[in-house]
Amino acid sequence: MVLAYTSRLSPITRRRLAVFRGNRRAWVSLWVFLALFAGSLAAELIANDKPLVLRYDGEWYVPLLVDYPETEFGGFLPTGTDYHDPFIRERLAEHGWALWPVIPFSYQTLDMQMRRPSPAPPSPRHWLGTDDQGRDVLARVIYGFRLSVAFALVLTAGSLILGVLIGGIQGYFGGKTDLIGQRLTEIWSGLPVLFLLIILASLVQPGFWWLLGIMLLFSWLGLVDVVRAEFLRARNLEYVRAAKAMGLPPRLIMWRHVLPNAMVATLTFVPFLFTGAITTLTALDFLGFGLPPGSPSLGELVAQGKNNLHAPWLGITAFVSLSLMLSLLVFIGEGLRDAFDPHHVQHAASTSPMPRTPADA
Amino acid sequence: MPDASPAPLLRLDGLSVAFDGVTAVDRLSLTIRRGETLALVGESGSGKSVSALGAMGLLPPNAQIEGGRFLGDTDLARLRPRDWQGLRGGRVGFVFQEPMTSLNPLHTVAKQIGETLRLHQGLSGRVARERSRELLAQVQLPRPGELLDAWPHQLSGGQRQRVMIAMAIANDPQLLIADEPTTALDVTVQQEILALLAELRDRHGMGMLFITHDLNLVRRHADRVCVLYNGREQETGRVADVFGQPQSAYTRTLLEAEPRGRPAPVPAAAPLLQARRLAVSYARPRRLFAKPRPAFEALRPLDLAVAPGETLGIVGESGSGKTTLAFALLRLTESRGEIDFAGERLDRLSGTALRRRRQRFQVVFQDPYGSLSPRLPVAEIVSEGLRYHAPALDEAEVQHRVANTLKEVGLPADCAARYPHEFSGGQRQRIAVARAIILEPELLVLDEPTSALDRTVQKQLVELLRELQRRRGISYLFISHDLAVVRAMAHRVMVLKDGEVVEQGDCLAVLEAPRTDYTRRLVDAAGLRL
Repeated sequence: MVLAYTSRLSPITRRRLAVFRGNRRAWVSLWVFLALFAGSLAAELIANDKPLVLRYDGEWYVPLLVDYPETEFGGFLPTGTDYHDPFIRERLAEHGWALWPVIPFSYQTLDMQMRRPSPAPPSPRHWLGTDDQGRDVLARVIYGFRLSVAFALVLTAGSLILGVLIGGIQGYFGGKTDLIGQRLTEIWSGLPVLFLLIILASLVQPGFWWLLGIMLLFSWLGLVDVVRAEFLRARNLEYVRAAKAMGLPPRLIMWRHVLPNAMVATLTFVPFLFTGAITTLTALDFLGFGLPPGSPSLGELVAQGKNNLHAPWLGITAFVSLSLMLSLLVFIGEGLRDAFDPHHVQHAASTSPMPRTPADA
Repeated sequence: MPDASPAPLLRLDGLSVAFDGVTAVDRLSLTIRRGETLALVGESGSGKSVSALGAMGLLPPNAQIEGGRFLGDTDLARLRPRDWQGLRGGRVGFVFQEPMTSLNPLHTVAKQIGETLRLHQGLSGRVARERSRELLAQVQLPRPGELLDAWPHQLSGGQRQRVMIAMAIANDPQLLIADEPTTALDVTVQQEILALLAELRDRHGMGMLFITHDLNLVRRHADRVCVLYNGREQETGRVADVFGQPQSAYTRTLLEAEPRGRPAPVPAAAPLLQARRLAVSYARPRRLFAKPRPAFEALRPLDLAVAPGETLGIVGESGSGKTTLAFALLRLTESRGEIDFAGERLDRLSGTALRRRRQRFQVVFQDPYGSLSPRLPVAEIVSEGLRYHAPALDEAEVQHRVANTLKEVGLPADCAARYPHEFSGGQRQRIAVARAIILEPELLVLDEPTSALDRTVQKQLVELLRELQRRRGISYLFISHDLAVVRAMAHRVMVLKDGEVVEQGDCLAVLEAPRTDYTRRLVDAAGLRL
């Protein structure tokens, strides 16, 4: 059955892939974005305040994975080792060696050895400078990118599932189901999300999952209208009727005939959802109602940029990293939308010989 | 035409039209004189409309037009854009195919006719209104005074087409271009519209270019005919000559394309499908505080029976309830009355029980472009029902059956992995037939399966359907407004009008000796050659 499934999907997927590839901008954006995301997934290997591995007195240590007490390296306290401590560094240099990540700071490492007041401008030690608490900006950007994308991914996936499910049921069955569903979603969408978040922030300390849950309660609403409209239109299409006449059950008809139709409209919406989720998270962090203090967040970096206008590297870094991320996502979304549109198959086929025409003429 | 008669009104001299290097019309030459109707005939894609639009400069900018084109003494090729505006709608009137979309739904009839009067003659206010009323009277619309303030949606298709004609003749054009003016209309209405066009042509001394695919209409309503195939002129001449002694091979195929023959006779047997007092009505929307209006009777109670291997033709004009009847029998629409299928009461089933039975009665829809999912390859479309109704089959068996069925409906073997948009209308209809017969149904409902196809393709499809019936013994419920096709397909026929049975009986008996006026009108309008 699995084999049957892949062989069934492959021609469609191949076509879509070809169209997507034909769109150079989307294709390059996808790879750049994937590279950045993959890099940020390995953030611990790139930016960390512990050595990756070290050798001390002929023994191997992996500080990345294991917390060693200071006493291991000749310290006095049985607490976790601060590898930036000059004393520990000296001991390590004397008794072995340590392999450090490219950026020897994590997102919350306070650099105690700075000679300049924070925020410090870019220097060989801190490539993008430090923020007003003496934390490495580049490290925070890398971790912040990962957090934003992960947040947006989960939120988008969740809203897609909820939105398509609810919109699809309303649209396909129509009539009373639609009427009642629409009124309920209208009432629900009347709730002020921002105030809810602010009120919540005063009751509990909102973490990643708290924020995600609250935003998920509302983020699917925009999708419902799109999906419902597509389903309403598609349920009267002749091939949907033909499927009904063939005796297929509603779930199969919705899945195989109606949903692919609705997917184009839905997918054009996904980049907005995705970028919307990132900007909302950034905005909440900027206002201080978002992730708990200390979390690596781009919104917090924007806020710091605003509060420290004399340190332009903060604002510029936040701006560049946000706009780069959002532009890449929009380009990918565009390519995706075109790939799912069957009319673009012909379009792509007819435009492919285009590069040759100027040479001929 | 080296003719002694007065100078031609429209002269095309080797007109070629190409789109991005692809030739659509190849060196077409023709002339139209005053008071004459020239029919431009061809199948879809033969370049009939493109040549007319090209001559009048109505094509998108990527069209390259070559050759001479003259309207009277005016060289159309040298016309500036501003002069075109005075010419179109002024010296040349247009009537297009779609009466539903060629009128603006947001303006009343008076306003739409008034607009062209204002632009070309500078009339406005009461004068324009009076002239509009006159025009509506000329196109023989009843109560022209009231219709002036009607909105397009309040008019029937035939009435809309009359309004379009009124707009076209508003500025006394010399040339009237009618591009498939009656294709979307019922046969009886077609005859009225074309008679009207001929009358107006004579009264105003216009020349008329009549573009159509329907040879019956050409035979009755044109003086001369020009046959196009693939953008090439096949032959031009007087209608009687071309129809009597066609010179080109293509014209002969076109003339012979009328579906012929009769279905194979069937032995008498107990009916497979039987409906008793089947009726469909739709509740009308109820306004607040208003009295509920009586329900709309789409189909009044009727009885019918179809024997195994038999074809019952359902004939009628649009709005007669043909499709409603089909949908009711298929249990796709709510209905009253009994439906008996193979000894089982279909109208009492619902849910999964009904879905399981659907394998045994299948349907082919009218629109070959809309009835196939554009997102699935052909193999998927055809095998979908099979996978659901026979889940026990393994993948190899499913593929095997798909290949066999595609072969049976005459499609090439390599089409399984291709998508519907790569196929022509006729091929798509074959795919739709394959999708239905792979389930081995006992009854196949064919809802106008041929009406979107060209004549030559229609003939092939009719032959395929008869062949399938002979081989598999399927019963057909064949719905059509085209009597020629019905005659070639049906054993018995039932004529519907406004949801009621007008006449029924043996197909040939009904068509050759209609007992009611309505059927007689249909038969006359269809121009069947018996």
